[in-house]
Amino acid sequence: MLTLSQVNKRYPTGDRALTDIELSLPRGQVMALIGPSGAGKSTLIRCVNRLVEPTSGSIRLGDTELTRLSGRQLRRARRAMGMIFQEFALVDRLTVMENVLSGRLGQVGFWRSFLRRYPTDAVIEAFRLLDRVGLPHALDKRADALSGGQRQRVGIARALVQDPQLLLVDEPTASLDPKTSRQIMRLIRELCAERNLGAIINIHDVALARQFADRIVGLRAGEIVFDGSPEALDAETLTTIYGEEEWDTQAENEQPAAPQDDVTPLAHEPALSQVLSGGVSR
Amino acid sequence: MTREQLARQGEWRRLPLVQDPKLRWGLVLGALVYLLLALSTIDVNWARVAEGASRGLNFLAAFAQPDFISRRTDIIDGILESLTMTLTSTVIGVALAIPVGLGAARNIAPWPIYYLCRGIITVSRTFQEIIIAILFVVMFGFGPLAGMITLAFATIGFMAKLLAEDIEDLDWRQVEAIRATGASWWQTMNHAVQPQVMPRLIGLSVYRLDINFRESAVIGIVGAGGIGATLNTSISRYEYDTSAAILLIIIGIVLLCEYSSSHVRRWTQ
Amino acid sequence: MPVSTTPQGTPTWRLRTTRAQWLGYLAWVAGICLFLLCWKLISDNTMWVFVGDAGRQGSDLISRMMPPQWSYAHRLWQPMWDTMNIATLGTVLGIAMAFPVAFLAARNTTPHPLVRSAALFIIVASRSINSLIWAMLLVTILGPGVLAGIIAIALRSIGFIGKLLYEAIEEIHPTPVEAISATGASRMQVMSYGVLPQVLPAFAGISVYRWDINIRESTVLGLVGAGGIGLQLNAAINSLAWNQVSVIFLMIFVTVLASEWISARVRHAVI
Repeated sequence: MLTLSQVNKRYPTGDRALTDIELSLPRGQVMALIGPSGAGKSTLIRCVNRLVEPTSGSIRLGDTELTRLSGRQLRRARRAMGMIFQEFALVDRLTVMENVLSGRLGQVGFWRSFLRRYPTDAVIEAFRLLDRVGLPHALDKRADALSGGQRQRVGIARALVQDPQLLLVDEPTASLDPKTSRQIMRLIRELCAERNLGAIINIHDVALARQFADRIVGLRAGEIVFDGSPEALDAETLTTIYGEEEWDTQAENEQPAAPQDDVTPLAHEPALSQVLSGGVSR
Repeated sequence: MTREQLARQGEWRRLPLVQDPKLRWGLVLGALVYLLLALSTIDVNWARVAEGASRGLNFLAAFAQPDFISRRTDIIDGILESLTMTLTSTVIGVALAIPVGLGAARNIAPWPIYYLCRGIITVSRTFQEIIIAILFVVMFGFGPLAGMITLAFATIGFMAKLLAEDIEDLDWRQVEAIRATGASWWQTMNHAVQPQVMPRLIGLSVYRLDINFRESAVIGIVGAGGIGATLNTSISRYEYDTSAAILLIIIGIVLLCEYSSSHVRRWTQ
Repeated sequence: MPVSTTPQGTPTWRLRTTRAQWLGYLAWVAGICLFLLCWKLISDNTMWVFVGDAGRQGSDLISRMMPPQWSYAHRLWQPMWDTMNIATLGTVLGIAMAFPVAFLAARNTTPHPLVRSAALFIIVASRSINSLIWAMLLVTILGPGVLAGIIAIALRSIGFIGKLLYEAIEEIHPTPVEAISATGASRMQVMSYGVLPQVLPAFAGISVYRWDINIRESTVLGLVGAGGIGLQLNAAINSLAWNQVSVIFLMIFVTVLASEWISARVRHAVI
């Protein structure tokens, strides 16, 4: 569905952020993008929705060549790509509902959005998603009154209200504690499965990537150095991605932990509602 | 129905800023009534405006061809006088503002001094420079001295207030640390208060220099020296090309001042 | 803070190095020379005879002001109302003009660098020119009256509000703006959802602050014929009725203090 070929990005300062990226993402696949800080993960997903302009190469979503779009067409293409941010990127002084509805901005005229007169179906869908991520009661709260995990849920609802074909997720768990991180990753994973969405998830935490992704791509200094299933990611490849470190001890600690922690993806709707209502303690 | 149930059915409106509808409409109504009353006090003599419109156009046109030449000596003298007044008044004003500011800081000044200094600050800040200039011109006679004293007086109010606020919220632990070494009052000021306050003091002085220059361009209207007198004459004689030249010079100097003050601020931090 | 070693081998500490010390002294000497030069220029243009007389003139002035002619106060309500209207309407008009200018002047919202330079020039020009000068100009164009005062206040306010607002816009968090752009929103929608909510509190604070300053400035606009209590002040001074002047001063004093108090309260509430 999404195909990147020969994508390069060079910043005006001369830094080469991406080199000859070749990548394709089928519909419904959740892909984790790992790599050290500064490897170009953020640049890569921002090139896809053109928050950052790629220097050369081609990026296709379905039949659309994204790199040539401009103005109105670019905005239309962006509607098909929902984005979730590291610092949640909510507008603090707006209410939760306004933040979720802002995902529909691309489909609503300026005055309607300015006066907050959203069409009925947009409101229904926004509230349904708010319910789905477990925050129906927070409707009129200001975004800065929420906790980190709740804010990220609002961010997810905002991305999904766009009714996207693809999710671009930038470090969704970097500002969250370990437990909330897992809940958020599981939620993203489930929502992708429900809607058959493709997703690219930038993530620092290799363990989380292993647990929740179908496929892992390793980036180092702007180049893809690994592309395969989570099982194929061993200590040796981690060394090629991140450099020398004693990976095994960490891997041993975490591999057995995974099943115990009940994180088998896609399995359980009831557990989810428990998690979301905050009543889970193990 | 609750807002949640309404939202489920697709009914959602932004929460109004003021919750109570009576208060909300009362405020709107009050604002409208005030606006009507206030607008009704404007009486415009349209015949006079029509007559003046051509002058307005002349004035705009004058900016395209400012005349620096025909009143050259007046302009040069006026600007030089403005600049000297600006510099001396800022130096004197800041120097005097430091004791007043120390006196007006609640945490280091005794009560009688505090009230005295606050009083000076309030009087100096309440009255426009031009009002103060009128009084000083009566006292000291026409000329730049009255202007300089006016600007220095205004500077005291401005600087002392900000300085006092700075001192009031400075880091008290540092002061205590210095006191604990057995330092005297002066030593405490020098080692604990001054280093914390100095960078902002310099920045504010430069900012005040800029304000004083702009003010020095108007107090000439009441005879307190500077470029204001020349500007006033040129406007009342409808010599807009000369006025435009003076205004452009003022804008240029303010720009220069702003540019250099950003440098000074970077240098002090 | 350099530490050097004396020939005897003991380290000594000084605040600055010798070179920096000398440069510092030099700067002070140059500054003092400049100050003295300026002082000489001023003193050459001063009639020192009058200055020697200043104390007597001052006490004379105060004795003429006292006691204030209280009966004069009832004739000041109308001009005071005009003064408030000049300040308030001028501020409203100024806000309306400053708002778009600030968005054009902020580095992150401007459509084009050239537009930005033009907006910055408007801001500097408006800031450089005192409202009294604007009023003088407008009185020759529109004729004396409240309207000239309102427009003068508005023109001066553009620069002040515009400058502080564009600095506030440049300091917003970029991520919400990025997020709103990523939804496919148009430029105007990004402004209204990503930028506006972030600067609104600052904007309200700046506007009220400027209103308070404008009350102060509008008290003197009458000196050049632009309406308000300054007209009465001018008349009283010209007729040397100092006991009326003192009433006007008191009135201005109370009004300005009240507006300052209101403005401080509102700013405290919104920020």
